[in-house]
Amino acid sequence: MTTRTITLGFIPLTDAAMLIAAREKGFAEDEGLVLDLVRETSWANIRDRVAIGHFAAAHMLAPMALAGSLGLPPLPVAIAAPMALGCGRNGMTVSAALWRELESHGPVGHADPLAALRAASAGRERPLVFAAVHPYSAHAYLLRYWLAAGGLQLGRDIQLEIIPPPFMVDALKSGRIDGFCVGEPWSTVATAQGAGQILTTSGEIWPYGPDKVLGFRQDWAESHPAEVLALIRALYRAALWCEEAGNASELARIMSANAYLGAPAELLLPGLSGAFAARAQTMQGTGFTRGHATFPWPSHAVWFLTQMARWGQVELTAQTIAQVRATYRPELFRAALRDFPGAAPEGDDRVEAGEIGFFDGIAFDPADPAAYLRALPRP
Amino acid sequence: MREPKLRILIFDENQIRASILKEGLAEAGCAEIAIVSELQGLTAQVRALDPDVIFMDLQSPNRDTLEAALEVSRAVARPVAVFVDESDPAMTEAAVDAGVSAYIVDGLKKERVKAILDVTISRFNAFNRLRDELASVKSELADRRTIDRAKLHLMRSRNLTEGQAYALLRRTAMSNNCRIVDVARSILIVADLADGNGKQP
Repeated sequence: MTTRTITLGFIPLTDAAMLIAAREKGFAEDEGLVLDLVRETSWANIRDRVAIGHFAAAHMLAPMALAGSLGLPPLPVAIAAPMALGCGRNGMTVSAALWRELESHGPVGHADPLAALRAASAGRERPLVFAAVHPYSAHAYLLRYWLAAGGLQLGRDIQLEIIPPPFMVDALKSGRIDGFCVGEPWSTVATAQGAGQILTTSGEIWPYGPDKVLGFRQDWAESHPAEVLALIRALYRAALWCEEAGNASELARIMSANAYLGAPAELLLPGLSGAFAARAQTMQGTGFTRGHATFPWPSHAVWFLTQMARWGQVELTAQTIAQVRATYRPELFRAALRDFPGAAPEGDDRVEAGEIGFFDGIAFDPADPAAYLRALPRP
Repeated sequence: MREPKLRILIFDENQIRASILKEGLAEAGCAEIAIVSELQGLTAQVRALDPDVIFMDLQSPNRDTLEAALEVSRAVARPVAVFVDESDPAMTEAAVDAGVSAYIVDGLKKERVKAILDVTISRFNAFNRLRDELASVKSELADRRTIDRAKLHLMRSRNLTEGQAYALLRRTAMSNNCRIVDVARSILIVADLADGNGKQP
């Protein structure tokens, strides 16, 4: 078998685990691939370096892939996303000071903290500031969604700042921000350093909600079909290995290396072992393959589009729906994993309701996104 | 009719590099050039200047923050990343190699963008060369200090002249097939241990 080298970009977060495990545990090698993993400093660099061909593919924010395909600036480039990279690792974390203030308004923790947050945000001299990692990110939409359910609007009641993941904890400590939504390990790091407390997690808001994807430049994916399928298989086998909670310690140790996350293994462990996800009682497993968390659900692309439309970034039209659906490539996922029973679900769309639905009980039916958008609260 | 001068914003935490670039752009005839080196107040600056072109360090983790500032600033006519222009891949490669990212207001004439991007790339490259030279001078100086300290140690502990000490260092380096500074470093480590700094508590 000939060996092909594929260069992939990643941001130091626990959900880069599949890429790292595929390389370190030999799953890529089994597929005839050598993975060259490049750690990046910003999501903008991830996108640009995929666009200009430095990276064949990257660990990418799902909405960033959609924004590219929708032709949104600053870099309208068509992306193909044939795989999702897990779920349940985003924490809504507030500063120690804000936590104390919230407690004075009532019980927080696992109970619904939104009432306390509403009380705390009212009548302040300086509005509260929350941070997310990118305007086109699951974090930004989840934060907006969650706050809106509590009658709070980002940009009006609470200011939004964009800060890269590794700087979040420092920003929280310095008082520049009062809270953030970011992927693991950063909520665990904030807690360990006494800088903040976790109010809630993505799993508690939407148990198997999407986050990152494997993003290729579309024309690269079209012209390299064998590599795309081989990479999907390598990453899926890595995801199955990562899903085993018994492998979490070894995975944390591998990922703690300087070339990867460069953080102590014990701080990575909660985000890899399922301990972080387990805050959400409806979530099972460690957030890698359970709940078809690697399948690129086109219905998830449509959900992101409804949120982009909700906050005025783009319009919800038949055309934009078709564009975001075309970005996700479930047929590639299915083709690559034909021999893996259970890897792909029966249908390409999923209604998000009941046990896998949102915490506020509003069901998302991808068949009628316009009706869904109308049903969402307008704070 | 003369074309209006381009308004340029340089966002760079490295103020020396930013001023090198500013000087180059001024020579190329760009009138309004603003430098911002801190994130705080960036959005306000973007609004105030309403730039045609924004340059920033490609390796800065603050790129996402800057892009968000562009996104909310409706005063700016939606700047796009320069990489979007695929008609000139050599230029894009050159920009990435130099470590610069650029945002250009959509619709700006291509020749004008190319001219100032050429200046920017060559200034970034000049800066990179300076930085590399400085780094090698610094490490040379540090090596020389290490060798001097090792020489001094040998002179004291073995009662040698400076010439003899240096000859000993050189001979040892040659017979061990390594650099003089490596021998010097080893001597200092061992000396440090002998002084008790490495002892168990």
